[in-house]
Amino acid sequence: MRLTAKILKKPITSALIAIVCGFLVAAVVLAAAGYNPWQAFGALFSGMFARPKYISNVLIKAAPIILTGLSVAFAYKTSLFNIGAEGQYIVSAIVVTLLGIRLNLPAPLLIPVLLAAGMLAGGVWGGLVGLLKAKYGIHEVITSIMLNWIAFYLSNYIVNLPAFHQPDSTGTYPIRESGYIMLLPNWKRSPQGMAALSRIPWLREVMMRTDVNFGILIAVFMAVLVGFVLYRTAKGFELRAVGFNRDAAQFAGIDVGRSLLESMLISGALSGLAGCVAIMGAAPHNISTLAAFENNGFNGLSVAFIAGGSPVGCIFAGLLFGGFLYGGQTVQADVGAPSEIINIMMGTIVFFMALSKLISTLADRLAKGSALHAE
Amino acid sequence: MLNNLTLLISITFMYSAPLIFGALGGVTSERAGVVNIGIEGMMNIGAFAGTAVCYFTGNPWLGFLAAGLAGGLLALLHAVAAVTCRADQTISGIALNLIGPGFALFFCRMFFEGATMSKPIANKLPKIFGNLATQNAVAKNLNLDITAVLAVALTVLLWFVLYKTKWGLRIRSVGEHPAAADSLGISVTRVRYLCVLLSGVFAGFGGSCMTLDIITQYTPTAISGQGFIALAAVIFGKWTPQGAYGACLLFGFAQALTVVLGGGKFAVPSEILAMLPYVLTILVLILFVGRAVAPKEDGIPYEKGAR
Repeated sequence: MRLTAKILKKPITSALIAIVCGFLVAAVVLAAAGYNPWQAFGALFSGMFARPKYISNVLIKAAPIILTGLSVAFAYKTSLFNIGAEGQYIVSAIVVTLLGIRLNLPAPLLIPVLLAAGMLAGGVWGGLVGLLKAKYGIHEVITSIMLNWIAFYLSNYIVNLPAFHQPDSTGTYPIRESGYIMLLPNWKRSPQGMAALSRIPWLREVMMRTDVNFGILIAVFMAVLVGFVLYRTAKGFELRAVGFNRDAAQFAGIDVGRSLLESMLISGALSGLAGCVAIMGAAPHNISTLAAFENNGFNGLSVAFIAGGSPVGCIFAGLLFGGFLYGGQTVQADVGAPSEIINIMMGTIVFFMALSKLISTLADRLAKGSALHAE
Repeated sequence: MLNNLTLLISITFMYSAPLIFGALGGVTSERAGVVNIGIEGMMNIGAFAGTAVCYFTGNPWLGFLAAGLAGGLLALLHAVAAVTCRADQTISGIALNLIGPGFALFFCRMFFEGATMSKPIANKLPKIFGNLATQNAVAKNLNLDITAVLAVALTVLLWFVLYKTKWGLRIRSVGEHPAAADSLGISVTRVRYLCVLLSGVFAGFGGSCMTLDIITQYTPTAISGQGFIALAAVIFGKWTPQGAYGACLLFGFAQALTVVLGGGKFAVPSEILAMLPYVLTILVLILFVGRAVAPKEDGIPYEKGAR
């Protein structure tokens, strides 16, 4: 009994239970709508794993939302609700695209410059929210939502500037190739590269057919780094202290205003990094006219909460979400079931994550029950 | 000049109506102590349900009611999570924002031959003076949408209920100090359930204002951020119905300005003009409104007997 209670209290358990519930609900909805759930789930998983290039694409899709998830999770640990990840992602994408088109630098210079610029742009966009909260007490949710839209229209404005707009398209010119962060982009197209790759068919498919890039490595590295900063450094402790109890933190001598600003800066920079990875990592390497939000930031909210706010958990939650979004297209193509079933499923998973406290309460009750039993 | 002025008024009321319903939903739920980030999702499902029912029955009022029902059903999930299961309300709200549009689009594809867009409805919600065909542009502009009137009516009603009746006192006490309310025999659970359900109904109405009045069909982008703007308006209006109404009206006005000023009359690109409502909101907050204080127990699940 005590062991069951212990297992139930682990955060990963509630995530797994939530995922199972997500599948159950999706199965019921699919069955009610007259589709075969097994067939649909089969299509979903074959859309994610059936071919090496699918797996590669899942990793490519997951990297940015792992980063926006980290951004949200980080802010949430400091009691800030960063609903502005979307806007921070967009401004970073804008800045990276503009500089990537204009700066004529070799890769070793251009890549760090673009990464720094994107993170800075996202950081400024997030920091603005922190500043307005610290200085005027304006709720971060309002400013974030407004800044999301300002970024949205700013992006559409920039896309349509004659200097950057690619004629006969809906987007800007792509950034310079020296700003790409793909794995060995030149080698894989060279004769030696092609010869070497032709011997390993799966690697060849992955390298030639998808934009294999460093995004996922950056995302994993950042997840570990954010976890380290939050739990192993004095700064992280300070930021979390402000999250736990603002008044107590102030009384202990922590500058709360500054701490709010710092945490939004960092959170914004993480979303900014997501923008960098998306633009520098995969085709079409540009920004295009937005008809609606692309949800890279909003999906980060779901990722962060499926991860239960754990930075390392964001890696797995992001892979799950990215994978389902990508595989969901196959569900529509193969089974004919609306691909929105994925949104219903993800929503259900997030919903059951919200209920996870129930599980730990249950675990407590179990533990208490067995303790009584022992007496 | 008069024509432009009245056009400005008419667009202001038209655009603000969906926001007002959504924001009133937010006020209702948050005054009872339940944070509702899920307004966007509730508006979305309301927008779809309203359009679908109106399309198949031909009656926009049935659509309007169905929208409220659909929003309320989605809100029921939030209530179960937030009140019964004492869940993290922010997270459950985020979930609704995925589930709402998910179901809306799922059903849309089923009812409208696989398209994510419904067919246009034949009859939209009426104007206040009916369809008096008039040549005069000014009079035509002043023939406001019925939703504008309904929005005012609901605002006044909600204000009256919240501040002038014992039910309102109960709602507010549950939001501020549920333990005290509980000790006086008020069922915190029942009040919170009722308020969350009503918030879904209002948000659903708001969603259908968009599709039964403004764009006359459901599209995946019919509701794109209005729920979040409504959420901002709740905070902007300091959690009061009249404040939220004002905030939505300001927002609608700024949007109307962009429409009236647009069309190439000024040397300002349309995208820059489109930012106006959002920039204005931030400026107004900095200059005039400042710190907003939420209901004391907003977002905190109530546990009987907990200290």
